[in-house]
Amino acid sequence: MIPATVLPSQVYSLIAFLFQFLDSFGFIVLATVGLAIIFGMMGVINLAHGEFILIGVYGTALPFHAGVPLPLAMVMGVVVTVVFGVIVERTIVHRFYDRLLDSMVATWGLALIISQLLLIIFGSSLDSISTPMGNVGYGPFTSSIYRGIFLPGIALLVLAGLYVLFTRTEFGIKARATIEDPETARAMGIDTDRMYVSTFAIGSGLAGLTGALYAPALGSITPGRGSTFLIEAFVAVVVGGPSVIVGTLSASGLLSVFNATGSFFFGTFVGQMMMLVVAIVALRALPDGITGYVKQWRQRRRAEQ
Amino acid sequence: MSETTAARDTVDRIRAKLEGPNTYGNSKLFWVGFAVVVAAFAAFPLTTDPYTVLQSSRYLAFAFLGLSLCFIWGYAGVLSFGQVAFFGVAAYTFGIIGINFGSATGVTAAFIGAVLVGTLFAAVLGYFMFYGGVRDVYVTIITLVVALVLNTFLAQTAGSEWAVGDARLGGFNGMTGIPDFTLGFGQTAFVFEATTFYYALLVMLVATYLGLRVLVNSNFGMTMVAIREDESRTATFGYNVPFVKLVVFTIGGALAAAGGVFYAAWGNFIDPTVFGIAFAALPVIWVSVGGRESLIGAIGATFLIERLRTDLSGGIGPLAPEWAQVVVGGLLLAVIMFMPAGVVPELDKRIKQQIAKRTGQSPSPTAAEEAGD
Repeated sequence: MIPATVLPSQVYSLIAFLFQFLDSFGFIVLATVGLAIIFGMMGVINLAHGEFILIGVYGTALPFHAGVPLPLAMVMGVVVTVVFGVIVERTIVHRFYDRLLDSMVATWGLALIISQLLLIIFGSSLDSISTPMGNVGYGPFTSSIYRGIFLPGIALLVLAGLYVLFTRTEFGIKARATIEDPETARAMGIDTDRMYVSTFAIGSGLAGLTGALYAPALGSITPGRGSTFLIEAFVAVVVGGPSVIVGTLSASGLLSVFNATGSFFFGTFVGQMMMLVVAIVALRALPDGITGYVKQWRQRRRAEQ
Repeated sequence: MSETTAARDTVDRIRAKLEGPNTYGNSKLFWVGFAVVVAAFAAFPLTTDPYTVLQSSRYLAFAFLGLSLCFIWGYAGVLSFGQVAFFGVAAYTFGIIGINFGSATGVTAAFIGAVLVGTLFAAVLGYFMFYGGVRDVYVTIITLVVALVLNTFLAQTAGSEWAVGDARLGGFNGMTGIPDFTLGFGQTAFVFEATTFYYALLVMLVATYLGLRVLVNSNFGMTMVAIREDESRTATFGYNVPFVKLVVFTIGGALAAAGGVFYAAWGNFIDPTVFGIAFAALPVIWVSVGGRESLIGAIGATFLIERLRTDLSGGIGPLAPEWAQVVVGGLLLAVIMFMPAGVVPELDKRIKQQIAKRTGQSPSPTAAEEAGD
């Protein structure tokens, strides 16, 4: 065992880079997964996704500032977002299942309304919440345990949970049947309407969870923060392609490697730019995303055999 | 007698180019109305104060942005949420060249250069997307992401190292000191400001509108509409779909770029909010409300909605200025939910039904359309 004090500085840098990667990975997965569920299962791009996350943030921050303990406040944030998501699905989104481009335009209108109403009701910012769990220091660096270990861990748990939910439970099989072929699903006695609402509620709940988890990691909470999540989420959905879990996982992994490299050596702005360049190059090569390519490749192999 | 027939022949020939199944307003009544409206716009500066004229010039500049989205979304089915990217890039380019070369020749070159840069940007992005096989919602997302990334990029250019010659990008605070719109060479120069700028924009907008009508009713326009209706079938007929989409997208980029130059010259100022999500929503709102398949609807809606926003920014009755974005977002949501085709196509349908009812013809849509022609 080498004492920590004599570790060469490259090792410290490597650890710092690893933390940067995990932070970025957790962020991209959590920002994406709610959007990816709704897009992958229903084909609807929810442009108000950033604002759904924001509702999770406000739903957590407001009770917290009123004195509720943070974990309980986070649960409240998720519940508020789910309720809101169900209302939005029933009143607006359900009209657009066969008009996908229109659904984007409609949810954009919704996004403008939500962020502006948050501004009107709660003012230009809420007090920030201090990040729990403290920092770990090593050599010249410090990293947040919450952002660097806890959140990436939650992100992986969420993906694993979704995998189990959609492949191993009766609900998941019914939901996928509804997405594949609504007519037949109805003929088999599945309440497809309920499946759409439930899927949208799960997507909203995940957006709310992301908001709740990042409420103490955002710094100042402003009505414009929704778009912070939007770029990463859109890019990851596009790069990941149609398959929700594998797509989110692979795209987040790929993008966060480049994002972390850029951020670590040149600052966050270059990190974001590098991520975007990678996304554009990836799309030029794989227009249906990573999972779309894998699917085609499998089909081709099957055809050859 | 023969002179009038010759004149009528010319009018018919021109109308044949301007009219077709792809545009609303193919009747004599429409053209009379159009002439009246243009005349009213021309007379408008004489009847009102300079401030209102100045505001209206801004709406005219925005109309180019609205037309650019209407053209690519309504006629080729390519929904771009990032037309503001070309608008903003051209505005910044105009500022950079115009500030560094302040002479009449310099500003004229800045206008041409800025439109070229915006157009080229659209062409490169379009090449990557359409030749890469990127389709539908993916195009929409990528274009929006490009705009948002430019927003992030320009917002962090506050430092003095972010300057091109004398032109400082200025970060959040934006770029100031952008010259007025000027055309000229050497000693002969004409600076368009205030009322003359208004007239210059009005003339260019009318010319652009008529030009686009000719284009969408030409064979190329028919191909665009075919791609909108059924992409794979159009490809089966031997059309080069990616190429047509690229051309359409590039033309759209050029229109947006022209709008961006006019906007920068209007306020002598540009800042990163033009790439932000709230501004990026505006063209989508104008075109959705006016009717995506109607060029005249896009222009009209741009005017009315921008006028509404200007009024709301002063606060109307109990509504504080902050409510402007809620009202406009609600308008978008309501139109998409209850009048998905937009206002002009809806009005057109109603009018034709009325005409059909009065002339006693069957109110079926095809018969109504023939009656309208």
